[in-house]
Amino acid sequence: MMNELAARIRKVPHALAAPALALLLALVVATALLAAAGASPGRTYVTMLEFGARPDSLVSAVNRSVVYFLAGLAVAVTFRMNLFNIGVEGQYRLAALLAAAAGAHLDLPAPLHVAVMCAVAMLAGAAWAAIAALLKVWRGVSEVLSTLLLNYVATGVVAYLLAEVFAAGSTTGSTADLPPSAHLPDLNGLLALAGVTLPGGASLGGAVLGAAVLGVAVHLLLTRTLFGHDLRMSGLNAAAARVHGVDPRRMIIVTMLVSGAIAGLAGLPHLLGTAHHFGLDFPAGAGFTGIAVALLGRNTPLGIAPAALLFGFLERSALILDIEGVPKEIVTIMQGVIVISVVVAHEVVRRAERRRAARLVRARTEPEAAPAPAPGRVP
Amino acid sequence: MNALTRRPALIALLVLLAVAGVRALTGEALTDSGTVGAALRLAVPIGLAGLSGLWSERAGVANLGIEGMMIIGTVCGAWAGHFHGVWAGVLAGVLGGAAAGLLHAVVTVTFGVDQVVCGIAVNILAAGVARFLCVVVFTGLPGAGATQSPPVTGDVGTVSVPLLAGGAGGGDLLGDLERGGVFLLADAAGLLRGLLHEVSWLTVAAVVLVPVSVVVLWHTAFGLRLRSAGEHPAAADSLGVPVQRMRYCGVLISGGLAGLAGAYLVTVSSGLYQEGQTGGRGFIGLAAMIFGNWRPAGTAGGALLFGYADAVQLRQASAAHTLLLLGAMLAWTAAIAVARRRPRLAAGAALLGAAAFALFQSTGSVPTQLIYATPYLTTLLVLATVAQRLRMPAYVGLPYRRGGA
Repeated sequence: MMNELAARIRKVPHALAAPALALLLALVVATALLAAAGASPGRTYVTMLEFGARPDSLVSAVNRSVVYFLAGLAVAVTFRMNLFNIGVEGQYRLAALLAAAAGAHLDLPAPLHVAVMCAVAMLAGAAWAAIAALLKVWRGVSEVLSTLLLNYVATGVVAYLLAEVFAAGSTTGSTADLPPSAHLPDLNGLLALAGVTLPGGASLGGAVLGAAVLGVAVHLLLTRTLFGHDLRMSGLNAAAARVHGVDPRRMIIVTMLVSGAIAGLAGLPHLLGTAHHFGLDFPAGAGFTGIAVALLGRNTPLGIAPAALLFGFLERSALILDIEGVPKEIVTIMQGVIVISVVVAHEVVRRAERRRAARLVRARTEPEAAPAPAPGRVP
Repeated sequence: MNALTRRPALIALLVLLAVAGVRALTGEALTDSGTVGAALRLAVPIGLAGLSGLWSERAGVANLGIEGMMIIGTVCGAWAGHFHGVWAGVLAGVLGGAAAGLLHAVVTVTFGVDQVVCGIAVNILAAGVARFLCVVVFTGLPGAGATQSPPVTGDVGTVSVPLLAGGAGGGDLLGDLERGGVFLLADAAGLLRGLLHEVSWLTVAAVVLVPVSVVVLWHTAFGLRLRSAGEHPAAADSLGVPVQRMRYCGVLISGGLAGLAGAYLVTVSSGLYQEGQTGGRGFIGLAAMIFGNWRPAGTAGGALLFGYADAVQLRQASAAHTLLLLGAMLAWTAAIAVARRRPRLAAGAALLGAAAFALFQSTGSVPTQLIYATPYLTTLLVLATVAQRLRMPAYVGLPYRRGGA
């Protein structure tokens, strides 16, 4: 038990080395680009940090990160079994629209109202993801392509439904406003109980709690259930999983459904917490940020949470840049560099560890007369 | 394969009959040279993206970053095109795409990172780079903004075939036939004239790249080595093929082709850079490649199919409705053609045709928002139909390391 714990603690620097390296590289690239664009990198970073570290900015960053956390979870569940759900973007937008439409027509007590909308969103997200799952299982279509293409189809479907079916008035281009029973309360009251008062105007969305619960649930699902075990085994070694009686077709379908259901929830923090209706201006792009966040967080809820917070912080603190005359798109580049360099850094660390393990094996087998077998995988 | 696929002339005739029949029934311009010309223009970026995927995947590297490489191609093409003329724009687009390809190659080939993951990351990074460059380079210039560039100076120019399609020296034989309006003859003339009349030089270059790819990949030692890196890298390595270098070549050429596709969008299609201009064509190109079974000619055919569907609905919104009827006719034709050999497939095709026909009958028009989704739906439908009969390069997606460590 103690050994296991010690081994885990020894692993922590390794797990942090790659993201730290990635952040450093992103900073280097951003510095070079800022300098090339004629802005002072040092002043830019200081301005970003000063603005980003303001209490209201931090609260806003946390609120933003909830969406990325949910989208990242949805992506990560599939990544863990080497399945690629690139369609979170379409799934969450379609789900948010349907949930908004359903919620506007319901008259229920507060907790139930929100619960029903969550259920609608999860069902919608799962149904949209199921198309890709069935295409893969029945027709052998790569889920990477089908989920990508379904994003574009979802854009068309959302625009059609919004304009022709759900639009409340003739000109608004959005669904009817949700009744107050479907508004998610903020956590300011709870924080006040704990002795924390937020500065004027800032409010910590209630979705933070929900996301935390979901994160724990996904962690337990992946590590403490038979399904999670089968899922991880399929990802690590599909052939071994099949030999052990795991039905790959069933795993593909169930995993995509779970992923789609989580993706469906990703639009709700904004819908229930701030917007209270689905309009043309409903935020887009969180699905793709979710992919980046999942990769940075190594596909575990515990890793995705800080990754999502980082991305939320970066986007919030970038808002000051336009006022300073620096293009805020520098943050998008930083996010891209972080993603690429983190996957590279992890591969490098993994290889170093494998070489170290191979050396250990050789050291232990050398005293025997027989030559050590070649370590590592044979292709 | 069945008897029909061995007779391309017969298939072409059947398809022509179906298209001409629908044209005569509905009066929509399905076969006029304008529509076909537009189809060709729309097919070129898709086809180039498809070729881009082909070169990379034949070398054993899955390339989902084509979309991102195209985006880089559009920005670079617009920048050089504005300041140094249109051909410099084309060159810059190719180089920019190749630079993005180099990044993909370093990450996937040298570092052995999962190729799908890297492709997605390239797309995310490219979108950010494009937006940053657009703001930094283009703002303040006349006609530009945060999401679009100033217009490209000059244009690529077009060519028409003499005698047949009104080229230099006069004579427009096909045009005369088309205007004659004889059933089938006029349709065939319109289809041909669309491919030969006022074709951009860059389109000509893109079309030439198809046979060039065939020759280089299948009839040279370099091509054989490159394909062996995608089929069985360990065996290739044991015979002295520099697998990693071949994979670098494939991905670099792939990036260049994707960049060319982006440059085409900037210089020929719209004349300037706009954010979101690529519109998923990189992915549709990949679908065209899969449709074409990882072969250049098939890829070009797939690109033309997508381009045609695009062109018909772009020219007249009402014509998208007609495509339903056309789909029904084609499905029934296919059902009759394979009825004896593959009864289950024929039944499926007949059912699909019936569904399309029922949709055609029960609806008056297709909503414009859903028309936007047609190319992507077509792609999905095609993938669902053909995916199982395809053979991809055996080692696509798998990193290769000498000695397996």
